Amino acid sequence: MKERLQALQQEAVAKINEITDDLKQLNEIRISYLGKKGPITEVLKGMGALSAEERPKIGAIANEVRTVIQEKIEQKTKAIEEAIIQKKLASEAIDVTLPGRPQFLGSKHPLTIVIEEIEDLFIGMGYEIAEGPEVESDYFNFEMLNLPKGHPARDMQDSFYITEEILLRTHTSPVQARTMVGKKNKESFKIICPGKVFRRDDDDATHSHQFTQIEGLVVGENIRMSDLKGTLEVFAKKMFGPEREIRLRPSFFPFTEPSVEMDISCMMCAGNGCKTCKHTGWIEILGAGMVHPHVLEMAGYHSKKFSGFAFGMGPDRIAMLKYGIHDIRHFYTNDIRFLSQFKPSMD
Amino acid sequence: MLVSYEWLSEYVDLNGISPKDLAEKITRSGIEVEMVQILDKEIQNVVVGHVLSKEKHPEADKLNICMVDVGEENPLQIVCGAANVAAGQKVAVAKVGAVLPGNFKIKKAKLRGVVSNGMICSLAELGMETKVVAKEYSAGIFNFPSDTKIGQNAMEALGFQDAVLELGLTPNRSDCLSMIGVAYEVAALLNEKVHLNVPQYQAGPKSTTELIQAKVEVGSPLYVLKAITNVKIGRSPMWLESRLMKAGVRPINNVVDITNYILLEYGQPLHAFDYNKLNTKEIIVRQARDQEQLETLDGIIRTLTSDDLVITDGTKPVALAGVMGGSNSEVDAQTTTVILESAVFDRQAVRNTSKLLGLRSEASARFEKGIDMNRVIPAVEMAAAMLEKYAGATVCEGISMVQTKDSKAITVQTTLNKINGLLGTEISTKEVLEIFNRLGFSTVETDGMFTVEVPTRRWDILIEEDLIEEVGRLYGYDRIPCTLPKEETTIGQLNRVQKLRRLAKRMMETSGLQEAISYGLTSEEKSKMFSLYSESVQPIELMLPMSEERKTLRLSLIPHLLDALGYNLARKNEDVALYEMGNIYLPSANPEELPTESNHLAAAMTGNILNHPWQGETKKVDFFYVKGVIEALCEALGISEHLNFVRAENEGFHPGRCADIVLESKNKIGVIGQIHPELEKTWGIKETYAFELNFTQLTALSAAKIRYKEMPRFPGMTRDIALVVDKQTTHAELQETIVKAGGKLLKSVALFDVYMGDRVGAGKKSMAYSLLYLDPERTLTEEEVIKVHDMVLQALAEKNGAVLR
Repeated sequence: MKERLQALQQEAVAKINEITDDLKQLNEIRISYLGKKGPITEVLKGMGALSAEERPKIGAIANEVRTVIQEKIEQKTKAIEEAIIQKKLASEAIDVTLPGRPQFLGSKHPLTIVIEEIEDLFIGMGYEIAEGPEVESDYFNFEMLNLPKGHPARDMQDSFYITEEILLRTHTSPVQARTMVGKKNKESFKIICPGKVFRRDDDDATHSHQFTQIEGLVVGENIRMSDLKGTLEVFAKKMFGPEREIRLRPSFFPFTEPSVEMDISCMMCAGNGCKTCKHTGWIEILGAGMVHPHVLEMAGYHSKKFSGFAFGMGPDRIAMLKYGIHDIRHFYTNDIRFLSQFKPSMD
Repeated sequence: MLVSYEWLSEYVDLNGISPKDLAEKITRSGIEVEMVQILDKEIQNVVVGHVLSKEKHPEADKLNICMVDVGEENPLQIVCGAANVAAGQKVAVAKVGAVLPGNFKIKKAKLRGVVSNGMICSLAELGMETKVVAKEYSAGIFNFPSDTKIGQNAMEALGFQDAVLELGLTPNRSDCLSMIGVAYEVAALLNEKVHLNVPQYQAGPKSTTELIQAKVEVGSPLYVLKAITNVKIGRSPMWLESRLMKAGVRPINNVVDITNYILLEYGQPLHAFDYNKLNTKEIIVRQARDQEQLETLDGIIRTLTSDDLVITDGTKPVALAGVMGGSNSEVDAQTTTVILESAVFDRQAVRNTSKLLGLRSEASARFEKGIDMNRVIPAVEMAAAMLEKYAGATVCEGISMVQTKDSKAITVQTTLNKINGLLGTEISTKEVLEIFNRLGFSTVETDGMFTVEVPTRRWDILIEEDLIEEVGRLYGYDRIPCTLPKEETTIGQLNRVQKLRRLAKRMMETSGLQEAISYGLTSEEKSKMFSLYSESVQPIELMLPMSEERKTLRLSLIPHLLDALGYNLARKNEDVALYEMGNIYLPSANPEELPTESNHLAAAMTGNILNHPWQGETKKVDFFYVKGVIEALCEALGISEHLNFVRAENEGFHPGRCADIVLESKNKIGVIGQIHPELEKTWGIKETYAFELNFTQLTALSAAKIRYKEMPRFPGMTRDIALVVDKQTTHAELQETIVKAGGKLLKSVALFDVYMGDRVGAGKKSMAYSLLYLDPERTLTEEEVIKVHDMVLQALAEKNGAVLR
């Protein structure tokens, strides 16, 4: 009997091994060997003829054979199911190199990128952002900035007038005067003022009748020119790289005294001289100076007690230098082939 | 201002400093040197030659064969094409092997069979601009004075072994519009002294006042005349012509050249009248009379007004004061007696006249920007001395002068504390005194207080801060340390509106739009289109526009975005989505007040919003895409419930696809729609949708403060309904009914289908909604929901005639 059972086991295992992918056949094998009418059951039925001693031994062997066949079938079933899934997945493979569904990416205008970067830099240094009207009075645009009617420096910036007394502002400097006038308690403050400005220039590669400016103004009881220099150095290194050096050259603006222009060492050639810096190694970036005492006085600040510094720069020019743009008109044409080049993450 | 290095070295010792180094030094301490031109940089082997003979070229009408003595053993045969070449002339000869500007090398050549051993040069060929070359030589070759040494280096003979520095002067430094002014500046930088020439001449026998008397009615604080007789008009000496040319001034004749020379040297404009053309022995400065006429030296007849200042001979105007002389008193070849005028005129009067008549001259520029009163007399005396020497003239003794304002130096005070306090430096008293000394300002120091006498030549220095700037720039801005303000710490941050503006811009970009920036000025026609305001709001116009295209201030951003779309489409950029945030300008009722500026947000889109053809997903922009952009923005701003879209017909939009965006059901603050197809044609655009919002008004709404609500713990129940209604019934109307009837238990209502077609019948449509009922506090029973839902259906039937489908 023992031999019979072992032979059955061998026979069944061989049959199971023969099957490759047919679950139905496997089930048939299960029924034919393990079912109620199967040969193992048949063998067990004949156990009555055995001695009481033999019976449990044979019973154990029969159970073992059952278990072996059962496990073998389960293993096989699992393997076949696995293979079926693998086959299905293989058939579902895709070409991952096909293009994805395009998302239309919005973008900031390059001038906005530059302006926001400068705003954030100065906000970090405790400045607030002040704003003023783009259509301005002659009074704030010129007179309050020490440019009385007939002043020769008015020639420097021919303007768009709407009436004799109202014009499109020629610089963001009137916001200086407005802010000082608006400070009821005549306290210290730090502001920057970004905005659009307008001048009577014919549009060409380097001129635009409309462009942007950022003005900065710090007024306090002990503001020194060295503070201006230090502040501008921080600005230059942040905007143009930590290896930049700055230099101040004397200049003239009616609303500051002393007045300076700030150059930075050329970022294209590291100061060795190239086309961008006209072989001087330096690039002019902004105008600045100590607030003229007349400007302080006109706005109600005592010039004996208070001093201040102011600076003004052109985001258009800064963006042109930073990104290598050679025509200012690109900023205002809004060609998407231009606009698309300024990605949010890039600097 | 063009400054000759050679001329400058007459006043200041420039030994040991090259023109380039000098330029750098000047630039660093305050005056930008825009260019340094080394005149003989590229020129070699050009000498003075004597034309011995000239013969016509046998084969060419326009060529001459010249024999030219260049100081060598044999004269050179040179073929010359200049019309003005003649035997006996002293000329500039570029010999074989010479190099001219532009690396032009002179070789031995054959011209129509005749050998030419060099070239006779014009000054243009030697690098001088034609417009500054004397007229008789500007079209041909240049002639040296007859006493010029043959064989001499021609550049040396011309005075062109020199460098010219071009100064870019800021308005405050017009004291450097003269060689003497520049000399003082350079002397201060180099710590050198200024050497001035003293005018010397033999006066007499007549005195100036015998010939002429000056009278001033108005407009001239200092007016000086000097008479010169026996003037012989002729050519100026070479050195004088050379200096004029280097300064950008064309030589004319000795009298004119000398007045121009004095202008350049002293910064003092002089004018010369032909004495014999004056009707009386008086020169009177007075206001012009209205409609009075004067033909100026440029041959134009000028009609004057009482704002102009004129010089008269007692009967008629003979010059426009400070601007230009009159033809009727012009010095010419027959002139023998001249009256020199040296004066200071009222700045504003000169400015007005030159601006009004469009007449800007070297003289008027200086009168406008400032004149050193203490140079008025030295300048005219030096001119007299030069006329004696170079025009064989006899100088009359004395001057005729009217002075109504004194010419004293002013005194300005400052302190060491103030200097160092403003600059942030630690400059010593000694250093400050040294700087004032270098500037030539006599200074007295007591206990840290400096009392500085500022000479009249530096009329830009009026207050303490001006002095501090002088100290700072000569001390060197490089030596100022870098510090940061020692003020109290302040909090820097964006204000609420600034934050919202940035948020709105980021929302537009998140929605796939690109930011545009366009001009505030536009044409009159475009400025009136798409305005959110009533027709009575007229755009603001410029007084003097530069062009029709940029004449008027905008009232809407949409035309500018459509311009940009048209520009892009013309360049085959088909899918364009642009937004702009910027101001529009509303006139105020009172034209003396500033306009109101409103910040607007606008967008325009055309082409695809999804372009993914290989998966069959391509979608064009439509009304609802653009509306979704606005809804997302309002969601982000937390103001969704305040805004409604109301069907409207607005000019410029498709009449059936346009809505007003209305705030709190009453104020129109925006518009959305498809651009009218007819209008699209004029812009060259296709199926474009746009919106514009008054962002200033949007930000006036405050979003509710964030207050966290517990998430519902109990399930809700959903009921879907499909309603058949008249085609005209709007979604907004149905939604309103549902929300009102649904009461507190109705949590949300969502439209999920709109159908028009045969199955619902003509004039009808089907609208399907999903309604969610929910009570956050407990589980709703079936009965409760049925009760509310029935009320909703009943209300829909009653109010909107809706039938369940």
